[in-house]
Amino acid sequence: MYINPNEILETIQMVRMEHLDIRTVTMGISLRDCSHPDIEVFNENIYEKITTRAKELVRTTNEIQSLYGIPIINKRISVTPIAVAAESCRSPDFVSIAKTMDEAAKDSQVDFIGGFSALVHKGATIGDLKLINSIPEALESTEKVCSSVNVATTKTGINMDAVGLMGNIIKKTADLTADRDGIGCAKLVIFANAPEDNPFMAGAFHGIGEPECVINVGVSGPGVVNAAICELENPNLTEISETIKKTAFKITRMGEMVGREVSRRLGVEFGILDLSLAPTPEIGDSVAAILEAMGLERCGAHGTTAALALLNDAVKKGGAMASSSVGGLSGAFIPVSEDAGMIEAVRAGALSLEKLEAMTSVCSVGLDMIAVPGDTPASTLSAIIADEMAIGVINRKTTAVRIIPAPGKRVGDSVEFGGLLGNAPIMPVSNFSSETFVKRGGRIPAPIQSLTN
Amino acid sequence: MTSSRFIITVIGSDRVGIVARITSVMASFNVNIVDITQTIMQGIFTMIMLAEAPQENFDLAAFQEAMSAEGKSLGVEVKVQHEDAFRFMHRI
Repeated sequence: MYINPNEILETIQMVRMEHLDIRTVTMGISLRDCSHPDIEVFNENIYEKITTRAKELVRTTNEIQSLYGIPIINKRISVTPIAVAAESCRSPDFVSIAKTMDEAAKDSQVDFIGGFSALVHKGATIGDLKLINSIPEALESTEKVCSSVNVATTKTGINMDAVGLMGNIIKKTADLTADRDGIGCAKLVIFANAPEDNPFMAGAFHGIGEPECVINVGVSGPGVVNAAICELENPNLTEISETIKKTAFKITRMGEMVGREVSRRLGVEFGILDLSLAPTPEIGDSVAAILEAMGLERCGAHGTTAALALLNDAVKKGGAMASSSVGGLSGAFIPVSEDAGMIEAVRAGALSLEKLEAMTSVCSVGLDMIAVPGDTPASTLSAIIADEMAIGVINRKTTAVRIIPAPGKRVGDSVEFGGLLGNAPIMPVSNFSSETFVKRGGRIPAPIQSLTN
Repeated sequence: MTSSRFIITVIGSDRVGIVARITSVMASFNVNIVDITQTIMQGIFTMIMLAEAPQENFDLAAFQEAMSAEGKSLGVEVKVQHEDAFRFMHRI
């Protein structure tokens, strides 16, 4: 007997009922050979390079989708951080580069392009500053371009000058996209310890140590994990952990298979597989629901951090067994606006910014897709970033902030971004000032944990 | 992808002629049945076939479309997926 009906039906069930999907196939493309002092020539070079490399990406990915019957939701491109690739451009601003990336993404029919990025964890070059100052207009005038700035690492500490600057950049980005509730900020991530091979947006870029061209795959499946837990009868937490691990293993295998086949057909190296439980606004595709299935009345109740720690760790263990190429972020995401359960928890008063911050010390990323009042001072945004960076730097993990100070909105209002970005209730921030602290600038030195050589 | 074998699943309410009509579409594409099993899972008719497609000149997209259209007219859901989708997930 070749067929095991239970196995086959389990897979079918995961896709049909529990939203198992390949969230993204992301092609990383190096733009290091595109440098030119004339920004017009640089733009021509990157357009040519991106559209040539990604020419067959969407068609091939769609073929694989029907071959295996597994939905592949997004096709994306990540490129060398533009601050690096465009360093030699004489132009004072880099907005036209973002527009060129947008055009290349549209012509390649991908959903997003990431890499309008700078790495300034120890200090900023002239090119880095040009890029950062171009972010608000770049995100206002493009649709598919995503931007990220790495301002801290465990090895270097936290660049507080950059943290201070990014608070202002976020405010400006929100103001320029005020007619769309500040949606520009949903495409901007501030990182500590940014991974160089992450396929997920908005933080994807093609790192400096990466090859010429690479395929990275992001798999998701909070609904599958939730369903597996719900099937257990009165389990203890060890049993829950075991079940999550097994489920994560299966999901990862699926991603590995898809990634290898896409890269084989395109003749492009297979990079990493990122198993991240990335929720979507669809009912049943929620990370909060998993935590609640473990026995919490609402996500955000005491015990939430422990439950999330268990989840994140079990996901990693299952993933690590299933593939030798696990990388990126691999864990659980907790983006508030993108997760129906998180939104409910905020509305019910169960989940606060402070609790989310605690949760980020044990999950795979950070404060993600959080909407705060439009009149939040830039220095407060910077201070929120600084706190989050500190958690990442001290715990030797990636943390990130994607926060939207929604123009004209107050606590009690909500913002609607639509699609995968969902909607978010405005969350209160502390009204006490952090301004003097943020203004001091300088660098928070690398922690003692970094002295490992 | 290592083979040209596909898992075909037919899920829906049972009625006369499902097997006959689905397999005749397969025959017209020269697709051979290697193994077949059918059960009632939670009251729903479920047929699973392991099928082998011809190595050459096989148009997967057209086959999937024809199978799915036949399924629609029968009121059942028909999926054609490469066997690796199941092998990879459950077997090491």
